[in-house]
Formats: sequence, C-alpha cells, structure tokens
Amino acid sequence: MDSFWEFLRHVHDAYGINLVHFYDSFERGRLLKGMLTTLQLSVLCIGLSILIGIFGAWLQGSRFRVLKTLVQAYIQFFRNTPPLVQMFFFYFALGPLMPRVVNDYGIAQPMLGSFAWAMISLSFFAGAFNIEIFRSGIDAVQSATVEAADALGFSRWQAYRYVILPLAVRICLPALNNNLVNLVKTTTQAYAIAVPETLFVASQIWSDRINVLEMMITLLLFYLFLVGILVWGMIRLERALAIPGFGR
Amino acid sequence: MQANAAWTPDQPIVSVRDVHKSYGKVEVLKGVSLDVRKGEVVCIIGPSGSGKSTLLRCINALVGIDKGSILVEGQEVHDPKLDKLELRKKVSMVFQQYNLFPHKTALENVMMAPILVLKRPKEEVEAQARRLIKKVRLEGKENSYPGELSGGQQQRVAIARSLAMTPDVMLFDEVTSALDPETVKEVLSTIRELADDGMTCILVTHEMGFAREVGDHIYFTEKGVIVEHGPPATFFKEARDPRTREFLSQIL
Ligand SMILES: Nc1ncnc2c1ncn2[C@@H]1O[C@H](COP(=O)(O)OP(=O)(O)OP(=O)(O)O)[C@@H](O)[C@H]1O
Ligand SMILES: [Mg+2]
Repeated sequence: MDSFWEFLRHVHDAYGINLVHFYDSFERGRLLKGMLTTLQLSVLCIGLSILIGIFGAWLQGSRFRVLKTLVQAYIQFFRNTPPLVQMFFFYFALGPLMPRVVNDYGIAQPMLGSFAWAMISLSFFAGAFNIEIFRSGIDAVQSATVEAADALGFSRWQAYRYVILPLAVRICLPALNNNLVNLVKTTTQAYAIAVPETLFVASQIWSDRINVLEMMITLLLFYLFLVGILVWGMIRLERALAIPGFGR
Repeated sequence: MQANAAWTPDQPIVSVRDVHKSYGKVEVLKGVSLDVRKGEVVCIIGPSGSGKSTLLRCINALVGIDKGSILVEGQEVHDPKLDKLELRKKVSMVFQQYNLFPHKTALENVMMAPILVLKRPKEEVEAQARRLIKKVRLEGKENSYPGELSGGQQQRVAIARSLAMTPDVMLFDEVTSALDPETVKEVLSTIRELADDGMTCILVTHEMGFAREVGDHIYFTEKGVIVEHGPPATFFKEARDPRTREFLSQIL
C-alpha cells in the first residue's frame, strides 16, 4: 500500500495530478472520516425516513380526521419547501430553542449538534415522500385481500403488519428506491451546517491543497459508488422479495 | 361471545330478523329474515345486485346493519359491545375472488389466522394446516404461492384457510362463479364433503343443480327482499311467485 501512495506522490511531482487526499496520511484520514460520516448519515436517515413512512402511512389510514390532517400538513410542508431551508430552519431556528447541556469539559453546549439536526431534517424530508410512496402502495393492495384478513379476525394492526405492508412494500419498492437515492445525494447539503461529511471535508482539502479538480472528481466517483451500492442492494431486495406469480 | 345461556343447539344457529341495510341512499336489504339450523345447508339465489353478498357480509359483521337483528348462537352480532373476534371464530367466509394472501404460500395462508388470531402454537397449527390441505385435495401444493395455482386450487386453499379457524358456520359467496366449468366441480365437491361432515353452510350460488342436490333450504332474493323460500324439492318444482318462476326459467 505504502508503495502505491509513493507512486501517487510521484504522479503529483511528475505530472501535476494532485491526489494529496490519498497519499498524504493526514488528508486521507480526514477524507475517510468524512466518508464515514456520510455513510452514517445516509444509513440513519434511510432507516428513520422509512420508519416515518411506515407510521405516517398507517396514520393516514386512521379514522381520526385530525390525525390525517396533521400527516397531510406535514407531507405538504416538507414536500413543497426546499430541503436546504428546512435544514436551516431546524438548525438555526429550532436548535437554539433546545435546552443546553454541560459537556465533559464543563462547557454548556446545545443538546443536539449539527449532525443530529442534519439527520432529523433529512429524515423528515425523505420521510414525507416515503409516506406518500407507501400510501400509494397501500392503496394498490386490493381491498378484497384486506377484507379477507378482517373476516379471519385480524386486528387492524395485524392486517397492516402482515398483509398490507408486505404487499405494499413490494409494489412501491421502485419508487422507494428513487427516493432513497435522492436522500443519499441530499446528505451533501449537511455541508451548509458544517457537518463534517464528505463534501465538507473535501472542500476543506481543496481549499488547503488547491486541488479542486482532483477533489471534485474523487467526490463524484465516491457518490457514484455509494449510490451504486444502494441501488444494487435495492435490486437484490426486490429480487429477494419477488413472489412467484405476483406482480410481473 | 360467550355462548348465550338461552341458546341450545336445537334452536337456529343463525337467525336473521327484519334486517335493513343501506349504502348511502340506496336501500340494499329491505327487511330480510331467515333461519339456519345447525348442520343445515342454506342456499341463497337471486339476480345480481339483489343484496346476497351484502347479507353474508352483515351476518359476518363485515358491515354494520341499520335495523333488525342477527343472532349467531343466540348472540347479537351487531351488539356494539360484542367481541368481533369471538364472532370470527364462529363464522368464517369464503369469497368469490378467493382473496388469498398472494405473498404467502398455500400452507402459510392456512396457518396465518390460527397463529396470529387464535394464538395457537405453530407446530400444532402446521399439522392441522397440512391435514386441511390434504382434505381439500391439494397435497403437494403446500409450498406453492397463490399466483402459481389455478383458480379452483386457490379457492380450495381459501376454503382450507377458513376451516382452519374451526368455525361453526361457513359463508360461501359465489365461490365458483370466477371459475371455469371444470374447476367448478372440484370446489363444489369440496363443499359437498363439508356439508356431509355436518358443517353449517350458507351459500350464495348460481349453481342450481348443486343447490338442489346439497341444499336443505333455498332462499330466493330480489331487490333486497326474500321473495320465496322452501326445501329444494318444492322450491324448484312448485315456485309460486312469478318473480321466482321468471328467474328460474332464465337460469335453468
Ligand atoms: N360498499 C358498497 N357501497 C355502496 N353500494 C354497495 C356496496 N356494496 C354493494 N353495494 C350495492 O348494493 C347492492 C347489492 O349488492 P350485493 O353485492 O349485495 O349484490 P349481490 O346480490 O351479491 O349481487 P351479485 O350477484 O352481482 O354479487 C348493489 O346495488 C351494489 O351496487
Ligand atoms: Mg355478490
């Protein structure tokens, strides 16, 4: 490995292609940490937004008008406002309202840091779309199938959990796939509230090392790779969930 | 639904009295009454839209009623305090379009409700489910998904699924009308066997031959009322009401 880094250093010296973020162990370290942060943020937001989608869609099917209206208001709010503004709203407007806690060094600091706010705002953003995606899947499940569950004595939750949701998920997987891809790409906007994720770190490196082009290309390839893994995983999931004789 | 103290097996197991049901402004059932005794096979026939499916749904409390009373084993089905689950254990329904769970195998379809609803142990339920699959002559299809089965096979899985709840009464809603003539026979013979075993059955059907052969009592409905009823021998030969005669002449 070391000789490979030496080779990259040589490429820089000889041809001016500046891959310092690979061969320099300090830059490499912070870039990797940034990528890890992106990964954490992506995984957490995917998980949370799916949970929001499942429960939101369940609430939308509720008999209580108030609940339905609240969910609808939430969806409209997060769908129809820019995600960056939402993040600023959470971080700059809601953040200061939160109680402060004293850290290990005796300094008072906000209860939630920028990472937590990014996670919350992105999850709510993607969650709003997930509710609509799951809802459309649920609506596509035949009401007769649901009636059969009712006739067999399933509770409303059991029918949802064991019949409606498994079918709805299969129906809406392609749409979910799209939204999650979007979510992973949108994690870069956490840059704006100084979450040390990949884009943030990359911009620090290119400011320090003046290797904008190389850094940008690295960045694009990284996201191409990350989203590629997600899509590959989703396709595997779609295959694993395929039911003989159902759908296609 | 604790078996009502007043109810004994020699009284009707299902007793429908003057039931009215509207969907919005449309009155679908306009005072329907019928009695079913334990072990009896009652067939309901009548033109499309006359409210046959609605009547079955009311008996099973899948929909509410506006007026009247429906007693199952002496217990009022539309009592708001009634535990629906207790009713579901007594009355089971089979649908025209089978309505199997497409993401579950035939065996799983049969096992789901006993495990989730009756909370019975899995091993015991599986053994019972295998027996039921065998009973409806689908041995070897345990692990097939509904999408891999023919209509007749799916309908027999649906019957096995209903039987797994060990109901006292079974409702069949035109269970053969989505099937081709060959598979109709398979399903009818399954129902006939159930009837022979003494299962109480209420079936909505267009299969007059079957109704005449297996039915103990035939009801003819039109426009939300029961026009005429009687045992098959007299019903099919000596129908008095002109509406019944007209219907029978068209269909026979
Ligand atoms: N959920 C519903 N909402 C509104 N109207 C309904 C509903 N279900 C049934 N109806 C109406 O009630 C009437 C009776 O319907 P039902 O399904 O009970 O008839 P049916 O005798 O079973 O007919 P078929 O032989 O075609 O199955 C029909 O006019 C139908 O349009
Ligand atoms: Mg019908």
